[in-house]
Amino acid sequence: MALEDKYKALTDAATAAGISDLAVREQDGILYVDGTAADGATKDKLWDIYNQIDPNFASGDLVLNVNVAVDAAVTHAKVITDSSNLNIRKGPGTDQPIVGKAAHDEVITLVNRSNDLWWLVRTNDGEEGYCYAQYLEPQA
Amino acid sequence: MKTTKLLMSAAVVATLFLASCAPKDADIETAVKAKEASEISVAVAKGEVTLTGEVADDAAKAKAEVIAKAEKGVKSVVNNITVKPAVAVVPVVIAEDATLVKNVADATKDFPTVKTAIKDGVVTLTGTINKTSLIKLMQQLSALKPKKIDNQLIVK
Repeated sequence: MALEDKYKALTDAATAAGISDLAVREQDGILYVDGTAADGATKDKLWDIYNQIDPNFASGDLVLNVNVAVDAAVTHAKVITDSSNLNIRKGPGTDQPIVGKAAHDEVITLVNRSNDLWWLVRTNDGEEGYCYAQYLEPQA
Repeated sequence: MKTTKLLMSAAVVATLFLASCAPKDADIETAVKAKEASEISVAVAKGEVTLTGEVADDAAKAKAEVIAKAEKGVKSVVNNITVKPAVAVVPVVIAEDATLVKNVADATKDFPTVKTAIKDGVVTLTGTINKTSLIKLMQQLSALKPKKIDNQLIVK
């Protein structure tokens, strides 16, 4: 239970922030925290707290898996790469051939989000393929 | 001597008075309610206390009964408190190494200064990274259901 104490500020904040399906359990010396946040800001706040408790995440005793809930009605997403174009690939994986590109800040159509990591998208030019979900921001 | 007699008779009268005037149901209810936890409801009829509500465990249920029984004027206690069913613990899911290898490769593609190794669910990170990228990388890797992220990265 020592880890639960160490990360109490984090789990308390998660509870206070209304993280849904929050699950906190310790197994083999690692604390696993899972849940779904209402928005990206809530998720980032939890990561800030994690970083305060364990600077630079060096201890390796926590797996913080809090995802951001995406409204099923959302149909478009913005490309949020640092500056570069985003690859659109034939299948879900970086080993898949690139079939197109979406520009930084471009808003593209979401076709299917059944894969958590790779979303099926369509650009305004009609190119369809998979993009890494981390670089897509759902548009309300 | 007279004073002593007077005091004694006063004491007798007081005792008789108190004995004949047991606390009223409403007073008992107020007193018990004040001592019980907030999630417990208290009802009193002719000195019989009925407790209802939902508590976290059996100990809390038993404690509530003890509190009610200790109250002056309570003849009996009906303990109808229910105990919350234990929440099923969601098991920790850890991805297979083959899945992890692929997903970690995808996640670290844009972090060329980071080297990764995966064994028995443990993702080991070596190399260098800047602070902003580190949080992004950790967020991405944590979503892949690793057993552990052994971060040996040097933060610049």
